[in-house]
Amino acid sequence: MPRIVVDVMPKPEILDPQGKAIAGALPRIGLTGFASVRQGKRFELTVDGVVTDEVLEQARHAATTLLSNPVIEDVTRVEVLEEDAQ
Amino acid sequence: MTTSNIETPLIGGPQPLASNNEDSPLNGVKVGVVTFPGSLDDRDAVRAVRLAGGSAVHLWHGDHSLQDVDAVIIPGGFSYGDYLRAGAISRFAPLMEQITAAASGGADALPVLGICNGFQVLTEAHLLPGSMIKNNHLHFICRDQRLRVENNGTFWTSEYADGEELVIPLKNQDGQFVADNRTLDELEGEGRVVFRYVDGNPNGSRRDIAGISNAAGNVVGLMPHPEHAVEAGFGPDSSARGEVEVRGGTDGLGIFTSVLKKLVG
Repeated sequence: MPRIVVDVMPKPEILDPQGKAIAGALPRIGLTGFASVRQGKRFELTVDGVVTDEVLEQARHAATTLLSNPVIEDVTRVEVLEEDAQ
Repeated sequence: MTTSNIETPLIGGPQPLASNNEDSPLNGVKVGVVTFPGSLDDRDAVRAVRLAGGSAVHLWHGDHSLQDVDAVIIPGGFSYGDYLRAGAISRFAPLMEQITAAASGGADALPVLGICNGFQVLTEAHLLPGSMIKNNHLHFICRDQRLRVENNGTFWTSEYADGEELVIPLKNQDGQFVADNRTLDELEGEGRVVFRYVDGNPNGSRRDIAGISNAAGNVVGLMPHPEHAVEAGFGPDSSARGEVEVRGGTDGLGIFTSVLKKLVG
């Protein structure tokens, strides 16, 4: 069944405390090549049948009303997974 | 599902409050306390309402009726396990639709108080602006916190003097209040910053904000817990009013007497 992926990231101007904690942990396992980390969320919405424009629109609506909070987060991606579209 | 109105026993017996008798008009004020799956402090909020002299009504998030209550408290805890974001799923509970509609109704709007997770629910429901993210130091924090009342003109702060300080418990992990600068300026300009942290910012909240209100002043949200500082013997060890006995702090009680007295008018 096809899946629609929704990515949500903390807004650039919002400090991401979780990302900061992860960035602090990386050198502890010897990985020093990263300047910073930001942590987001990925949702996979499985569609029963064909992904019509209407379903995609519903996914966009879900992304902005429930899956993200526009005060602190941006929706950075809403699209059908390529491997499912085949 | 309907929850029963089981009388919450008052450990050690009720305090001899002047208003705590059946003849008091405050007793006729019904304050609903909403329970979601994962709410923790609903019982404490119910006790606080009763200690302040009012009548408390248990409300269940899945119900569609507000049972004619005169005010509503959305308590602290981890509603829906904080899944997705704190308060994000609770916002769509059937009872929240009723609360949002009633709280937005102009002059006769329903007074609503959101404490901690309840504050987060109110921001997710767009009854209050801004949002809460993880504390800037990443730790869960639990301590007695000093606040200043910045606006005593709301339904929930009228029993305090303007600028009065109080000490009540603060306990959370997602307590950092954030909003864009325009929203923050608007809140400041309209006197809608209701509580501000004093003696150090415990979580990185913008402009030391601990609590805010909507424009009408009927909806107030705050991160610290006034319901845990209402009864001598069970409160914090300190008070902004001076020395108190161990666990003798009751600085939070005024929040609950405020709404009762406002409603009795």
